[in-house]
Amino acid sequence: MKSILKNRLAWPVIALVALLAVNQIFRADFLSLRMQDGHLYGSLIDIMRNGAPTILIALGMTLVIASRGIDLSVGAVVAIAGAASCAYIAASPEPASPVTAAVAVLIAVVAGLVLGVWNGFLVSTIGIQPIIATLVLMTAGRGIAQLITDGQIVSVTNDSYKAIGAGYLFTLPISILITAVVFILAAVLTRRTALGTLIEAVGINPVASRLAGLRARNIIWIVYIFSAFCAAIAGLMISSNVTAADANNAGLYIEMDAILAVVIGGTSLAGGRYSLVGTVVGAFIIQTLTTTVYTLGIPPEVTLVFKALVVLTVCLLQAPKARNLLRNLKPASPLRTKEKVAV
Amino acid sequence: MNELVPVVEMTDIAIGFPGVKALDDVSFRLFQGEVHALMGENGAGKSTLIKALTGVYTIDSGRITVLGQQKNFSTPAESQAAGISTVYQEVNLCTNLTVEENVMLGREPRRRGSIDWRAVRARTREVLAQLHLEHVEPGSLLSEHSIAVQQLIAIARSVEVNAKVLILDEPTSSLDADEVSQLFRVIRDLRDRGVAILFVSHFLEQVYELSDRMTVLRNGKLVGEYMTRDLSRMNLISKMIGKDLEVLEELDQASTRSQARLAANAQPFLETAGLGRKGSVSNVNLSIYPGEVVGLAGLLGAGRTETARLLFGADKADEGSIKIKGEPLKMRSPRTAIDHGIGFCSEDRKEEGLIGDLTVRDNLVLAMQATKGWARRIPRRVQDELVAEFIEALDIRPANPDALIRNLSGGNQQKVLLARWMVTSPDLLILDEPTRGIDIGAKTQIQKLVNRLASEGMSIVFISSELEEVLRLSDRIAIIKDRAMVADISNDDVSVEDVLTVIAGGA
Repeated sequence: MKSILKNRLAWPVIALVALLAVNQIFRADFLSLRMQDGHLYGSLIDIMRNGAPTILIALGMTLVIASRGIDLSVGAVVAIAGAASCAYIAASPEPASPVTAAVAVLIAVVAGLVLGVWNGFLVSTIGIQPIIATLVLMTAGRGIAQLITDGQIVSVTNDSYKAIGAGYLFTLPISILITAVVFILAAVLTRRTALGTLIEAVGINPVASRLAGLRARNIIWIVYIFSAFCAAIAGLMISSNVTAADANNAGLYIEMDAILAVVIGGTSLAGGRYSLVGTVVGAFIIQTLTTTVYTLGIPPEVTLVFKALVVLTVCLLQAPKARNLLRNLKPASPLRTKEKVAV
Repeated sequence: MNELVPVVEMTDIAIGFPGVKALDDVSFRLFQGEVHALMGENGAGKSTLIKALTGVYTIDSGRITVLGQQKNFSTPAESQAAGISTVYQEVNLCTNLTVEENVMLGREPRRRGSIDWRAVRARTREVLAQLHLEHVEPGSLLSEHSIAVQQLIAIARSVEVNAKVLILDEPTSSLDADEVSQLFRVIRDLRDRGVAILFVSHFLEQVYELSDRMTVLRNGKLVGEYMTRDLSRMNLISKMIGKDLEVLEELDQASTRSQARLAANAQPFLETAGLGRKGSVSNVNLSIYPGEVVGLAGLLGAGRTETARLLFGADKADEGSIKIKGEPLKMRSPRTAIDHGIGFCSEDRKEEGLIGDLTVRDNLVLAMQATKGWARRIPRRVQDELVAEFIEALDIRPANPDALIRNLSGGNQQKVLLARWMVTSPDLLILDEPTRGIDIGAKTQIQKLVNRLASEGMSIVFISSELEEVLRLSDRIAIIKDRAMVADISNDDVSVEDVLTVIAGGA
């Protein structure tokens, strides 16, 4: 079993290392870190900081996908969370106070939870297909965010709020620390409890799970709430980083990056077994790609094509069929029996 | 039979999975115009051998020749192209398509680029007629037909392609006697037309009735190849299980269970009155006492599974009532049933039992974990103890808690599912065809287990297509006929004929 897990993570990790190596070749100082004013700087730190919202959302998405679902509404939740918190700060009598920032964060998180409850309700209780159910909020969410901001970009000036996305603590960007905390939270939530196994059970065989006495409804509710929670935190990060809420563009297409990260990380869209570590690696790959584009000086108009090619390669390397083709080019390897199970 | 060149020759085939050596240098020959039975207990490697031949698994070593040509199958399509057709235990057709679409799927005759439906229908009729299925309308939905007819339609597919080799994996496990004889007529027809037929079945009588030759496997190894007429049933069984027949004798002693314990229990664990559901089954009146085995007998499709599903809350009843220990209960969902001490092993292991991609451990503790809720995880240490205990007690092989359950053989999967309920110590366990499609060894173990659980005070509802098995194990027999419960008889001196009389005569 361990060898399969290793196997599942092997290709994403190799891809990530390869990408980093390419960057290092073209920019000798790429991997170097330096300390300045008690803050850690370097390209790796940038990648982690810029990738933090995607990682967060991808973590929530992993659990949703493992349960045979999908959450398209995360981008809209990002927008709503940012809009709600910034609108509150802008309207409050003391827009610069830390207390205001704290209340704003609370409002955003609660909004996220409520939206998660809504998604979970549509999927588990009403029984709408996840892609349709979350499409509702994906579409409506941006409208709600615009209502909150009156269709304007709401700028705020609050140092405490700004720290979430742009601040430093213990030499590291706070956004990285927050992401690490949520990752640990997700890992503990799913693996210290039985939640992870039960999510997988529901994802693999919902009928058998029901007959074994599983309350799939609760499980599904939890994953959508967690997903929206992650999206809300990401929304705070994004709006804090630019100290403004942009209802139209905050988190736009981030659901695509998140789904990609999950798939690159080796979790099947068909549901079932998942890997949180794989997802983080997948998100890093996506973020590193963006950096690589700048490093290599690829013209902006072909950036997306380049990104797509790398993603396609990673996905192909993970597909059993493509790997078989690759293997048949070489003489038969003794590994064949071992890998068959992953098929 | 011609002894010249085998249609299929497999030499020194080996296939391994992590932790399991499924096939170990097994050789196998199949000749034209014969019915060849592949025999062995569950986990002996029968399914693996078939999957090697059909291209589902790639072999690690060895050689496969079909009609003298060496083949290296890596997909089922390649195997089919070589003239090998398979009808699996679970019918592998699309129930939402019509009969003709299923028969011709992927090979529809075309006319000017689009499917020529008229030709499809004509060809389907032709093929169905060859299988004595004139009454099946090619345009009807597959799901409208019984499993038996579906199975014959699966065979029709292979007739349509003029398959040289037809593999039948447990084709009779869901058929009643009439349907079996219809199937056998078709098989013999095909054999006489020169098709080489590989037949896998756990019904010894059927194997002796149908096969000309047999190959016996045990634990992934070849035991031998024999002419059916030269091998007695006793010899066959001892070759399959690899030891004397003491196991089988033990069972007969176990069945002389004391009835005395029933007298002491005045209160039934579960009572139903007029329980029913529209379009499913009606008039179920059962009283099940602690420590009692109640057999549900009846023809396939008579409503036995439907009854079990009502008792377990898998389907909601819309008439009648259920009482547990004298208290009326609304059976809302399986969870309600489980919370009141009821467990249910579905007849459909793959779809309704197994969580295929999870491990034996996860599957085994699933029901227990579900009742505890997600937040209170059963500690790993407790899981390990439970799993080790049941792997040992039920002789689950391989004895590896971390093996994925889908890699286990059918019999061992069934044992894990039984264990899933046993760890929850239910008061009532409903077993729907727990011995279907599994080998004699595992079957005997499960029957013994039922006896033991009942003598420890558990109530059991036992459903099986094998009437002998129901009679041997049950204290009382409820007979379901035409989707209603028609009789409830005490099993003292009841014979198969008595039960059949009730089923045939109508109460």
